Amino acid sequence: MDSNSLSYSLELVAGSGYTLNVEQRTALQTSLVILQKNYKFDRVVFWGKILGLNEDYFIAQGRGEDEMKDKKNLYSFNCMDWFLLPPATDSMIEEVSRGAKGRFIGDPSHVYEHHEILRQGKRDEEVVTKVKEESRLAVTVHQIDEEVSVVPRGAFVKSPHGLVQVNRSFGGLSHSEARKLDNFLHFSKPKNLKKKSILEFGDLTPALDFLDALSDDIPKGSWSLQFECASKVCVLRSLLWLGLTFYHVPMTPQHGYIYVGDGTKNLDLPFML
Amino acid sequence: METADGNDRSEQSLEAAASFKSFMLKNSTKSNMNLYDHLTRLLMKVMDERPQNVVDVCEDMSLDVKQGLFEPKQSTLRDLPQTTAAELLAEQQRVLFTRPEETDQEEELVDTPIPNVSEIGFYLEQAGVGLGREEMQRVFLALKQLVEVQALMRCRFWGKILGTERSYIIAEAEYREGEEEEEEEQSEDVAEEEEREAESQENEVDPPPPSSFKPPPVVQKEVIGTGANKYVYFVCTEPGLPWVKLPPVTPAQITITRQIRKFFTGKLDRPVVSYPPFPGNEANYLRAQIARISAGSQVSPQGFFQAGEEEGDEEEEAPRDSCEVNPDFEGIPVPEMSESLSTWVHHVQHILQQGRCSWVNLSVKAEEESPEEEEAEEREEEPDEAEPEVGPPLLTPLSQDAEMFNTPPWSSKMSSILTSQHAIAVLRSNLWPGAYAYATGKKFENFYVGWGLKYGGEGYSPPVPPLPQKEYPSGPEITESLDPSLEEEQALKEALEEQQAAQEEVEDSDEAEEEEDND
Repeated sequence: MDSNSLSYSLELVAGSGYTLNVEQRTALQTSLVILQKNYKFDRVVFWGKILGLNEDYFIAQGRGEDEMKDKKNLYSFNCMDWFLLPPATDSMIEEVSRGAKGRFIGDPSHVYEHHEILRQGKRDEEVVTKVKEESRLAVTVHQIDEEVSVVPRGAFVKSPHGLVQVNRSFGGLSHSEARKLDNFLHFSKPKNLKKKSILEFGDLTPALDFLDALSDDIPKGSWSLQFECASKVCVLRSLLWLGLTFYHVPMTPQHGYIYVGDGTKNLDLPFML
Repeated sequence: METADGNDRSEQSLEAAASFKSFMLKNSTKSNMNLYDHLTRLLMKVMDERPQNVVDVCEDMSLDVKQGLFEPKQSTLRDLPQTTAAELLAEQQRVLFTRPEETDQEEELVDTPIPNVSEIGFYLEQAGVGLGREEMQRVFLALKQLVEVQALMRCRFWGKILGTERSYIIAEAEYREGEEEEEEEQSEDVAEEEEREAESQENEVDPPPPSSFKPPPVVQKEVIGTGANKYVYFVCTEPGLPWVKLPPVTPAQITITRQIRKFFTGKLDRPVVSYPPFPGNEANYLRAQIARISAGSQVSPQGFFQAGEEEGDEEEEAPRDSCEVNPDFEGIPVPEMSESLSTWVHHVQHILQQGRCSWVNLSVKAEEESPEEEEAEEREEEPDEAEPEVGPPLLTPLSQDAEMFNTPPWSSKMSSILTSQHAIAVLRSNLWPGAYAYATGKKFENFYVGWGLKYGGEGYSPPVPPLPQKEYPSGPEITESLDPSLEEEQALKEALEEQQAAQEEVEDSDEAEEEEDND
């Protein structure tokens, strides 16, 4: 959710049940501007909130020239003092998926310990994986962006240099287009793009359609598309990461997503549909 | 001579003018207009309008005149504007804003069954929870409409449950006494009629052999107004749409809801496909989840409610099922409320394992149902009397709530650190993600907004189907045994022959003895 439009966009996603109180909003308005100046970001986005047992993390994301690759995540407890999160590497992801279970605690220096007994031949080895909550936070934010970040089709363009940038002439999806799930795209490296047939490629423009559509997600039905606020806003909620809400006002360029939740993936999804 | 020349010239000029005029009157092949008419219209327009600097704007005026000639071709079909869903909803929501003219101002000020939803919305926003200001206002007006239509005694905004296609907005209400009993009687009559029909059908045809399967006794649902059915719930998908009443909940539904994990879709008549099979459709599932969430997460500051007066012996350990507002409640300071959990208590009864709030002894019920079969009592081996299930009594503090899956059941904090003198205490449930409670001074409120599911730890494993049942009891007549081998058969034959030979000898000796006797 863009920091410039924070005040009214929060009203649009409030249908999911979460808002920020006035104090937090004003603090964010001030601190995000300072953040943008200090880190020389092109754009700062308020990414969301991860609820921990003792404390909640507020997460902001700064975007550079290439919107998909130049991303830096920062976290804070009081919306004023921001700390940089390390970028998530593959080894970190593996460690976290093995070591960290349960809810976030709220203390970035908390260490999760996981004991596993590996049988190698005849010996039993106990392997202890230790993961700090800070790396778990970085990995969670990265995974959520990878798997469920959404943008409407046409909002971002791929320039001939390969840079992904905001499309300034995006006028918004029409009301009928906003009802179809294939007009919404994942904002991460495409995995299924090459599998489309040539017939389908004929309709698409390479500058706009360089991302995966949501309708290709497995299991089908892992997105909930609704019109809220007296049918004014189109709201997409992810059922895989409960708490991710994407909003778009049709016929206007307003769109964005926010995650407010406990940072755990919903692995029971196939049972629940 | 000059006049003739003059006449000739004027004739010539007249002829030239006439021919030029006919040239100007020639219609253009492209646009079917001619220059003469066009210039006439242009000059008439200039005469009428008299603009300034005419010569500069005369080209534009010429274009305007040409454009003005186009007549819109109106087809005889008129466009029917299609009403979009947004417009339909707006029409329905407009009703919310109409103010009935008959009510007196005085009545409205005195009789307020609805709480002050705007104030609640303000405090919830401080806590970081809520539906947004406009939506809360719409819900407020919809609640007012509900109270007027249904004549309720008290009504509260319970919360919102999100669904995959649509969401539910839920209101908790209490009827004035004596109003909801009629519906229960109607449903009983219908059930009796169905039974009579079934019986009459059976008497006409030879009934098939009855099965000896006795289904486990069904736990009776609680009377409306007590236990899990204490309040009545109304739902709607958008404020402004008509409210639908949810049916009362049965213990069977609660026990099965505890074992399944399903999203809500937003349509009340959708069947719930699950294992174990859910007895009912989505309306029942919703009601059961609401009952569980209320029982698990509705809390209040300690002292706000006090135990109701108990009728009957105090020695009976019947659980309290009602509590009254304490008029002497002073209010607990906010920092205390946000630090310790013992300042909060549950004010809704806990639901037992059975699915009810008050335990009912099923074996006693079986005796009552068959008063005629007195012999059956002797034959049936009654199992040991089941021990009554006891849950934590009403008004237990939260510090006694059990931890599940290594997470504390509640997280509490103050809503603001910078202005802590006016902050409120916020309590968030970790077992039911989405359940919130806030308290400040003498005011408190509970609110739920979420997917309607309990926190289940790492993974959900559905219950396993039961083992296949034996069809018949195994006895010696039907157990298989091995055919005897050849040696065994021969051995048996020899044994039999020996026996026969022995018998014949005995008989012969008997006959011989008899003959001797007869002699």
